[in-house]
Amino acid sequence: MSKNINVALIGNPNTGKSSVFNHLTGLNQKTGNYPGITVEKRQGICLLPRGVKARILDLPGTYSLNASSLDENVVVELLLNKNDKDFPDVAVVVSDVENIKRNLLLFTQIKGLNIPTILVINMSDRMRRKGISIDTYKMEQLLHAKVVLVSARKNEGVDVLKEHISAFKTISTNPCVAIKQIDQEYFGSLERTFPNQSLYKLWLVITQDVNFANVERKKMETEDANHMRSPSFLKRLQQKETIKRYQFINAVLKECYVKDSSKATDLRGRLDRVLTHKIWGFVIFFMILLAIFQALYDWSSVPMDFIDVAFVQLSDWAKTTIPSWMAPNLIAEGIIPGLGGIVIFVPQIAMLFLFISVLEETGYMSRVVFITDRVMRRFGLSGKSIIPLISGTACAIPAIMATRNIENWKERLVTILVTPFTTCSARLPVYLILISLIIPDERILGANLQGLVLMIFYLLGFAMALLAAFVLHKTMPKNQTSYFVVEMPNYRIPLLKNVLLTIVEKTKSFVLEAGKVILAISILLWVLASNGPSETFKNAPQEVAKSVSVTASNYDQQLSAYKLEHSYLGIIGKGIEPLIRPLGYDWKIGIAIVSSFAAREVFVGTLATIYNVGEDEEETIKKRMAAETYADGSPVFTLASGLSLMVFYAFAMQCMSTLAIVRKETNSWRWPAIQLVVMTAVAYLGALATFQYFSV
Amino acid sequence: MYLTLADLAVGETAIIDSFDVEQLPMKLIEMGCLPGNKVGLIQLAPSKDPLYINISGSHLAIRRETAARIHIRKQDE
Repeated sequence: MSKNINVALIGNPNTGKSSVFNHLTGLNQKTGNYPGITVEKRQGICLLPRGVKARILDLPGTYSLNASSLDENVVVELLLNKNDKDFPDVAVVVSDVENIKRNLLLFTQIKGLNIPTILVINMSDRMRRKGISIDTYKMEQLLHAKVVLVSARKNEGVDVLKEHISAFKTISTNPCVAIKQIDQEYFGSLERTFPNQSLYKLWLVITQDVNFANVERKKMETEDANHMRSPSFLKRLQQKETIKRYQFINAVLKECYVKDSSKATDLRGRLDRVLTHKIWGFVIFFMILLAIFQALYDWSSVPMDFIDVAFVQLSDWAKTTIPSWMAPNLIAEGIIPGLGGIVIFVPQIAMLFLFISVLEETGYMSRVVFITDRVMRRFGLSGKSIIPLISGTACAIPAIMATRNIENWKERLVTILVTPFTTCSARLPVYLILISLIIPDERILGANLQGLVLMIFYLLGFAMALLAAFVLHKTMPKNQTSYFVVEMPNYRIPLLKNVLLTIVEKTKSFVLEAGKVILAISILLWVLASNGPSETFKNAPQEVAKSVSVTASNYDQQLSAYKLEHSYLGIIGKGIEPLIRPLGYDWKIGIAIVSSFAAREVFVGTLATIYNVGEDEEETIKKRMAAETYADGSPVFTLASGLSLMVFYAFAMQCMSTLAIVRKETNSWRWPAIQLVVMTAVAYLGALATFQYFSV
Repeated sequence: MYLTLADLAVGETAIIDSFDVEQLPMKLIEMGCLPGNKVGLIQLAPSKDPLYINISGSHLAIRRETAARIHIRKQDE
């Protein structure tokens, strides 16, 4: 028994499909992309009874096989293509116990494809509290399918589900609703034209949204124009189909589903009255944001200090212990400080992902969509843009992918274009180190001043995103009217396992992706900083000795400063100094800016590498930055130059990966090019204004 | 003069009477927006837009312009 079976997990959003997936696969899962598009593809392996292995594919959440978004289209394309290597042997439709009626609509559609289907009724632990009882035996008879009650929260029913999956061959493949009932004349004629094909599949191909430009559809258009008809005719038939399906579902539920609403507690209603209130809703939303940014500061200082010290010690150890043929200086001065510059932010990045995933899991995010839609529309966005904008505080890449739920192309494009203005976690390292340098660690009205400044910069990012959206909204041509239908899910306590898996998954990929770039840039920088072009670099000791200001005690320091200035790196930095001098930066910061155009989180690592080159005594990077002075003894990092630098990082487009994803999502180089040029210009002017204002 | 879903006050319920299928997204219809089904207004966002509704058991947010296309009748009529 070595044959693997393919299992597709299908279900509406907010049904706890991911929890079922996590229970089936545990840590045996991986995330990738569908070829050519950026819809996230999660799959994993599950061991079934009797040694059978199942490949579980967690399909994107979908309400219906009549796709209205790119995510939903992935599901339809797979289920219509029998030759796809992922085509399921068995479909597991996940439903939640309270919205079972609507969930069954998707179930009857899947059944129409003649795939063996198992219905999972998730969150069965809520049944008693909601006064619901279900006769699953009767339901199995009526639906021609297996029905399993599962509680992902209490880990109940998962073993039964595994049994049913392994016995998929015994499950009926009969449809619930015969498609021909809907319109005898139309479907009768369709059947005569294509006698050997599944009527429902043909119907799905015919009605598939034209936007998705399906090849099969084009083929049908030429072969059988007769059945294509006008969109309004087809839509009327679709409505009729939906009514038929609901008639069937209502009849089934009448037989086997009882809800005693007197037992139900109205938690949703009570929470909604406050959380979606026109004043309190906003007050609470801002309080939550404030709490998150305070927590990012207050809770992470201990692990961050620990990591900081650990890397300094590691570097010291490497310098003295590593044999000389392994280039100890490269490792101790280039690679270790460079990596330390990213690892130190893991606590904060993990915490940010924690908050975002909790907000999504509890169902609160949809309430924010609801209360903000009207405001966002003034800026040419939709309430749905709030999710990308908030996710953008973690990383712009998943945030831009999350815009796929926005059906209206213009709203979606504007959201994609402005999302990189939100403060992503890669900016966090830059902000944190600069804030700790230039803002005193004091409390104002009980709030940490440093935390407040951090929050102001987050708000600045949002404000800039909205302003940019407004400008785009006014300059871009209007397109079709937008539909806005957002489900308001039930409030739920997040599942620890889901939250932890999200944090681990996202933090890991962030560190690995960023780590690769940082490692490469650290090595390159070290080489450039340790070598120089001319005789002046080689003769550094003699040149420094000739200098009048040198004394026995500062000889080493002067030597390393001289070397750096005359290295390749110093020459590059000096070259751009005239350009950045008005912003308040010296040539060393210039090098950090140039190197972080590929990825902004490189900034701290770069400074760590630059300042460490040639240093005998290791110090923490913060102390080195504070001690950095110009020739006349004035400090490099002042309030004016620090704020100016933060403004530059707030607005500049310094992320290759984001540009690549925008290219992919908009299918043109035009938009990423505009982003790069406009955002960098805004950053330069903003930093210029900031420095000039604060240095007066 | 028809009543539409946009005329409902918070806390009121009604029955969906009719609508032009072409003017509504299929997604809304599939979520249970069908003639004869019950609909209730749960909450209004600032500026009374969007509307938070319960439509045949589905809790949804839709915009005022969409709601104004759905004709309703009061239950007691």
